[in-house]
Amino acid sequence: MTMNALTRSQIYVLDQNEALDFYVGKLGMEVHTDADLGFMRWLTVNVPGDRQREILLETPGPPRLDPKTAEQVRELLTKGAMGGSLFLTTDDAHKTYADLVAKGVDITDEPTDRPYGIDFGIRDPFGNHIRIGQMHGQG
Amino acid sequence: MSRAVEESNRAMLRARDAMDRSYDQPLDIPALARIAHVSEAHFIRTFRATFGETPHRYLQRRRVERAMYLLLQTDRDVTDICYAVGFGSLGTFSRTFRQIVGESPTDYRKRAAPAAAVPTCFTKAWTRPSSFG
Repeated sequence: MTMNALTRSQIYVLDQNEALDFYVGKLGMEVHTDADLGFMRWLTVNVPGDRQREILLETPGPPRLDPKTAEQVRELLTKGAMGGSLFLTTDDAHKTYADLVAKGVDITDEPTDRPYGIDFGIRDPFGNHIRIGQMHGQG
Repeated sequence: MSRAVEESNRAMLRARDAMDRSYDQPLDIPALARIAHVSEAHFIRTFRATFGETPHRYLQRRRVERAMYLLLQTDRDVTDICYAVGFGSLGTFSRTFRQIVGESPTDYRKRAAPAAAVPTCFTKAWTRPSSFG
């Protein structure tokens, strides 16, 4: 009776097409599911080859959130205070960094040696923080 | 109206990220205002409205957070750390550090214990001394 996997996580985005352009077009993720459910567009992506772990890219709005609350979420998101964080790993932090810089991605901090590996930080177009690390001793 | 706030917030966040990256450089309000696409006067006012403190104060806390890290994780002397994090004089550094942390850099180094190894962005955000009381 114990849990055995983390399969889906969610972050808020302001625009799902712009999110696709960023997460797929720039970060190189794959679309896992892009389905019009009528009441919402269910849009998830995954790291290439890892279909067991999806990230739901959800827009804040009615009816799930009332308009005032959705507005608050959008304001918090754009000032970097929503807490949406993704931690990704790579085989080569410097190469990935150079690739993302060339694509015009917002960098929050440059590749640095840490006790746990080499990592750097970026932001998505909406304010979510993403960390990409080349970790010692783990995948 | 709401869309304008979101765009302003995101632009201010971009400028704040730039301060985080180049914390050891002098505060360059004209450059930050350009990143945020606003006038210099408008930048300081809008930054404060968005994040609850002035750009100058944010930069001070960022530098002090870096100094706290270096005091704990290295054996570099206080003067060296003062300049490494961007302060121009030891007097300003000591006064600002004491005002924000509540004790001198030397006392802080003696008292505090090294932190556990967790992702740097969380350590950075949570060890930054608060200016909100």
